[in-house]
Amino acid sequence: MSTREALLEVDNLKVEFRTDDGVVHAVDGASYTVRPGTTLGIVGESGSGKSVSALTMLGLTRSKRTQVSGRILFEGRDLLTLPDDELRQIRGDDIAMIFQDPLSSLHPFYKVGQQLIEAVLMHRSVSKAAARDRAINLLELVGIPDPHRRVDAYPHEFSGGMRQRAMIAMALANEPKLLIADEPTTALDVTVQAQILALLEDLQQRLGMAMIIITHDLGVVAEVADEIAVMYAGRIVERAGTERIFATPHHPYTWGLLKSIPRLDTPRSEDLVPISGRPPSLINRPSGCHFHPRCPYVREEHRRIDPKLQDVPGEFGHLVACLLPVELRRRVWKGLQSGQTPEELRHLVDDKPVPEAVAAAPPGKEAGP
Amino acid sequence: MTKYIIRRLLWMIVLLFGVSFVTFIIFYLLPSANPALLRAGHAPTAALIKAIEHQLGLDKPWYVQYLDYMKALVLHFNFGYSYFYNTAVRTMIFNRLPATISLALGAAVIWLVSGIIIGTISAVRPRSRFDRFSMGAALVAISAPPYWLGLVTLFLFSTSVGRFPIFPGAGSYVPLTQNPLHWFTGLILPWLVLAASFAAIYARLLRGNLIEVMSEDYIRTARAKGVPERRVIVRHGIRSAITPLVSAAGVDIGVLLGGVILVESVFSIPGIGNLAYQSILVGDLPMIQGTVLIGAFFIVAMNLIVDIAYAFIDPRVRYS
Repeated sequence: MSTREALLEVDNLKVEFRTDDGVVHAVDGASYTVRPGTTLGIVGESGSGKSVSALTMLGLTRSKRTQVSGRILFEGRDLLTLPDDELRQIRGDDIAMIFQDPLSSLHPFYKVGQQLIEAVLMHRSVSKAAARDRAINLLELVGIPDPHRRVDAYPHEFSGGMRQRAMIAMALANEPKLLIADEPTTALDVTVQAQILALLEDLQQRLGMAMIIITHDLGVVAEVADEIAVMYAGRIVERAGTERIFATPHHPYTWGLLKSIPRLDTPRSEDLVPISGRPPSLINRPSGCHFHPRCPYVREEHRRIDPKLQDVPGEFGHLVACLLPVELRRRVWKGLQSGQTPEELRHLVDDKPVPEAVAAAPPGKEAGP
Repeated sequence: MTKYIIRRLLWMIVLLFGVSFVTFIIFYLLPSANPALLRAGHAPTAALIKAIEHQLGLDKPWYVQYLDYMKALVLHFNFGYSYFYNTAVRTMIFNRLPATISLALGAAVIWLVSGIIIGTISAVRPRSRFDRFSMGAALVAISAPPYWLGLVTLFLFSTSVGRFPIFPGAGSYVPLTQNPLHWFTGLILPWLVLAASFAAIYARLLRGNLIEVMSEDYIRTARAKGVPERRVIVRHGIRSAITPLVSAAGVDIGVLLGGVILVESVFSIPGIGNLAYQSILVGDLPMIQGTVLIGAFFIVAMNLIVDIAYAFIDPRVRYS
């Protein structure tokens, strides 16, 4: 771990939305840091609060019905208390963001070039012609062929991968120190996904910017991220360096994520194991450990005790929020790695009955929470 | 695009033929009153009526009458002669057109400007006091019949019978070429009355569209770029939300150019609508036919203009 000063420091961030149905606890005490030039992957299911924390950073969730607390320090300034206009000047300049669906994220009525030029002119006092030259350079930078002609094309004339490249070009317009990519590859073809990830990694190295990649797919961040934070129900349940997360994960939810993606280094006969149940409601969250209704290793007291994010003994910089004893977690993960199913490993936890969600669901089928 | 426009223009001609035929059927074959009888004075003899029918060509078979009419129209752009005024229908309509155009276009400017402003403010601050008040007022404006609204404004604000004599009342229309100032002041009340319900409809339409557009992903992108909120609303939001208003405005203006019967009648404005109304009262068939055709022409033409304009407004629209 480097001791360089953090570029971004999120400290105990809480975001709540007041709705007609009740208060949605979208983010509940998330803390993470991003150092200059590094990449943080935030992984979780939809509705785990991963996008909300990023949008809050940029002030895009500000409204009368939103309650935000905690701190988001960017280069020492707290973004949460910045006036709207000062925060606006940071958006698209020092911090830029790209989104999941590049078609709906680009304005259908304006040429790609016009949208790039706007991004430049919002933060730089240069002539329109200079901004246009910059737009062409940016399109070239992100690998769009024939940028002189493409700059005058409309988004619907681009392919999906090209649109995402154009979005990235727009985000890079003012050489941001931090780029937030919210599910940057989810809406793209599998072949294009790898290209976009490679492009992001290449650009990061060339421009020396920090990145936050938000995704539901651990596979996406495996290659790119330096550190990974796993979010569940608005909280970070596990945080560690990327290699640690893949080698010695400590949270049952992370195990679930890892066992539900196909890998080349495991026997093909081994079945993928889905995580049973659904993401919890963020209005009425489960008691105790929020993951307990879906956890195959739940114990009675987990329904009451709320786990804290704590250091894993002996693994510096690895944090996890799990109530199981650390030695037991290591044994379960070993078992899972050797191809055993959660049902087979259940006896390690104790001899109490298996939770309904797991007992009721045949493998491969989803059960209610 | 050129091919498309030519095809549309040909269709337009076919459509106008259809309209002429249908109105001819309705008014010539099923007339509300015998036009000859209306022209024959107080105690007409059967012979006199016969003579007038012959003079007007009403004793010929209907298809001969229609063919004669169309021949004159296509070859000489002749709409026939009014039974009532004894002048060419074409001259009458062209004389009346400036008043109707003044009324319709002036009102359109008012309702577009006010509708867009009110709709935008309401959409940006939904459920605010302004939004609730203006949407409530819009409902009233939509529900109020224009002739009733016209009479109310006359009794309130006209210099002739009004309680607060501010604006000239009924019958004060003056052509623009004659006196621009009086043209303007004379049309203020009719414009407002005509624009009221349209402004309400457009404000509600834009409000709904804009609220939807403002939750689009590309609005979030604009904000993430650091675009100031005002510019996000105008350049990114309204730009998209306004497109349905363009087509609505085109069609509405087209309809009004064919005559604004109620408002023209209440304010005694010598326009096409007033002319059509009077012609129906006296069974002036060539005049009715002429006003219907001119109305249909404006509607079809404005529709074509809207469709062509759409290709410029929305780059995704391409005609082939």
